[in-house]
Amino acid sequence: MRTITLREGADLDGFRRAVRRLAATRTAPEAVLWSVGAPSLFGDEGPALEDGAPVLLPQAVGQLIETVVCHGDPERYALLYRLVWRVLNGERALLDQHADPLVHRLERLDKAVRRDIHKMHAFLRFRALPDPDGGERYVAWFEPDHHIVEAVAAFFVDRFESMVWTILTPKGSLHWDRHRLMTGPPAERPDSLTDDRFAEGWLRYYESTFNPARVNPTAMRAEMPRKYWANMPETAAIPAMVRAAPARVQAMLEAEAAIPRRRMPEKAVAAMARQAPESLAELNRLIQRSEPLVPGATQAVPGEGPEGAAIAIVGEQPGDQEDREGRPFVGPAGQLLTAALEEAGIDRGGVYLTNAVKHFKFVQRGKRRIHQSPTAGEVKHYRWWLMTELGFVRPRLVVALGATAALALTGRPVSVLRERGPMVFDGWNGDGWDGFVTVHPSYLLRLPEEEERRRAQAEFVADLRRAATLA
Amino acid sequence: MDDALIEKLGILADAAKYDASCASSGAKPRSGGKEGLGSTTGAGICHAYTPDGRCVSLLKILLTNHCLFDCVYCINRRSSNVRRARFTVAEVVDLTLGFYKRNCIEGLFLSSGIIRSPDHTMEQMMLVARTLRRDHGFAGYIHLKTIPEASPWLIEQAGLWADRLSINLELPTDHSLKAFAPEKNGGTIKAVMGQVNERIVEAKEERRRFSPAGQSTQLIVGADDATDRSVLETSGTLYQRYGLRRVYYSAFSPIPEASSVLPVKPPPLQRENRLYQADWLLRYYGFTVEEIASGGEGGMLDLGIDPKLAWALKNRERFPVDVNRADREMLLRVPGLGARAVDKILSARRHTRLRMEDLGRLSNGLRRARPFLIAANYHPVGGLTDRLDLRQRLVTPSSQLSLF
Ligand code: SF4
Repeated sequence: MRTITLREGADLDGFRRAVRRLAATRTAPEAVLWSVGAPSLFGDEGPALEDGAPVLLPQAVGQLIETVVCHGDPERYALLYRLVWRVLNGERALLDQHADPLVHRLERLDKAVRRDIHKMHAFLRFRALPDPDGGERYVAWFEPDHHIVEAVAAFFVDRFESMVWTILTPKGSLHWDRHRLMTGPPAERPDSLTDDRFAEGWLRYYESTFNPARVNPTAMRAEMPRKYWANMPETAAIPAMVRAAPARVQAMLEAEAAIPRRRMPEKAVAAMARQAPESLAELNRLIQRSEPLVPGATQAVPGEGPEGAAIAIVGEQPGDQEDREGRPFVGPAGQLLTAALEEAGIDRGGVYLTNAVKHFKFVQRGKRRIHQSPTAGEVKHYRWWLMTELGFVRPRLVVALGATAALALTGRPVSVLRERGPMVFDGWNGDGWDGFVTVHPSYLLRLPEEEERRRAQAEFVADLRRAATLA
Repeated sequence: MDDALIEKLGILADAAKYDASCASSGAKPRSGGKEGLGSTTGAGICHAYTPDGRCVSLLKILLTNHCLFDCVYCINRRSSNVRRARFTVAEVVDLTLGFYKRNCIEGLFLSSGIIRSPDHTMEQMMLVARTLRRDHGFAGYIHLKTIPEASPWLIEQAGLWADRLSINLELPTDHSLKAFAPEKNGGTIKAVMGQVNERIVEAKEERRRFSPAGQSTQLIVGADDATDRSVLETSGTLYQRYGLRRVYYSAFSPIPEASSVLPVKPPPLQRENRLYQADWLLRYYGFTVEEIASGGEGGMLDLGIDPKLAWALKNRERFPVDVNRADREMLLRVPGLGARAVDKILSARRHTRLRMEDLGRLSNGLRRARPFLIAANYHPVGGLTDRLDLRQRLVTPSSQLSLF
């Protein structure tokens, strides 16, 4: 018979070492006696054990061991070793056999530990103590059933990484200083943890969120057993809440239906009708204080030009320069557009210019910001703004430059080169706009061959000229 | 936190408590790191339970309980005489952070009565979420109750910050909506659900963030005369057409300051329970609304037994089912066997022929499942399922609620 003594608490390392040595010497579970008490000791009778090589186990078995060693049951190591032994001796898929008595028992231990961990995540309460150096320090006292203090640490560090906190329990303690986690010995219940007014506020919240018409303390206790109550300040209010509930419900049922003091339906309806922005300027202010739907842009770029313009030209989205200046069509493509308008005999100042998407989207490459086309989803995000904007401008003709603008205005993918020319766009409130689709000037900038570019540019100017005759 | 703020908190939590949806699930794991605060874990956590058995997970409050609308079932309707209060954006942000740091909550569930206009209200709610996320690096859960009458751009913005958006339909039929919520419009509500669903789907495809934990809604049960069948039909449509994550059912609860249009007596709470069970069967157990409704009478579910058992009792010829042979679909229809137990049975039976005592270790519901099963050492003789008193034998006398 070999006796193995592991450290108090969840001695995962000790158990792992023991398993390696026992497996190396092919020691059967019946020949091992497990006991707990510091420090880890191996074997009294029989030859001293050599360090063993790592043992290869299915992942699920490894995970089960990690949890079950936290359990308070003194038999846990013996049970786990019986599992390991059977898995190593031909029953690789033992954990799938949920009906096997050993597996069933281990699953119950596993579940108990998981539940304990979950309840500690849930029911632990921090109290804020003033820190000598002016900041805040958070302290909690909790009494877990099992040896889970180290198992919960990752959760609290992850959630409260930016705070300084201490968790005290009878099974060990944790301290986090925003950089390092320190584990400490078991702690005593602190005499008094002073509370600030948030604790008072929380109590009020807890009382107020309770519905006396549905009182059901049994359901409450199933999820929040009494043993946890001592460390949860809000539970102090429970007895009074339950006691008062029937009378509160009775009062509600007996009360006469209330006679309304005020009833003005016109006001509600009127308020709703008035809520939309009432001018283009108001709409633009709203756009400018909204968040870009894709992060990065410096500012929103609103449209520009006279309300009531005969032609509104809709581009894709602001580019690098537009994003800096806050005005549409001021970059290279904008200059090309200005030149083309002039050639077509259209006064740029008399046209309303805007974009389907109001923010610049880009990827940073070194010092340069490389333009990224908006996705179809992003275009739809901006659609309500565009439609409302055009509703204020009320142009006779809307010109879409490129596929993005055409998508925004029709709600469907448009092949610009194949469908260029007049088209009816979805308008505001169901009336269609007279529309016209042509290429985006940046398309011209991207054409590699001089000859091709000149031809495309001439076609672009011809399109604009034709559009002007339709407006 | 001063007395006045605590007082407001009391009023605005009280006003929000009739909304059943408090889940903090479905968000992708993330955390705020050294500069921010908080994390989401996917499954969500209940930080306490109130004596009504409900979970306290999110700080569930209204921004204000002033309201221009007049929905009869609602305590905040403009014609009610309740005490009114209103938070500022900064107050809601402070309360959320303060409670979060003390580990009282998973995050915020913010809803509101409609003040000034739907747009104004929705913008304030959106600003709360934006301030928490952008100025405080808050990585906890945020659920915003969308105001369907607000302009579409506000919903587009809200989805950037919230983990979940919900739009309450409240009443299952257009007819009741018209009668009980005169300013609301079923068409508007469904149009917004459609808009939100479209954005969620697109954002997933384009790997952007937009209400990543989906959308949900709530239906009030027992305020109007809709049957369980029509409630479930509505849910079925919502799940299919708008990709909703959850439909919550809230048994109409007596409210102080009740309107005279409402029924005086609340519906049995059990009705809400049965609807949740039926909803579950609809989503995870392969039942149709038709099958579920056939277990009850006249479009109402049987309050005495759960809808799966009710269906089985009316379809006895399909039982008993052999646990060692039946397919997953049929096992899921056995009363007492949940989806997890069924999966365990499927994996365990690959290694051994299951006997009754094995099943006892795989499922907690064996007592109810027994008459419907065949196992290696068990075959109900004479057809237990034919016994007329089977229903009585399976129904435990409903336990009285105890007060203490
Ligand atoms: S709009 Fe909302 S808060 Fe206002 S009365 Fe209707 S349900 Fe109540």
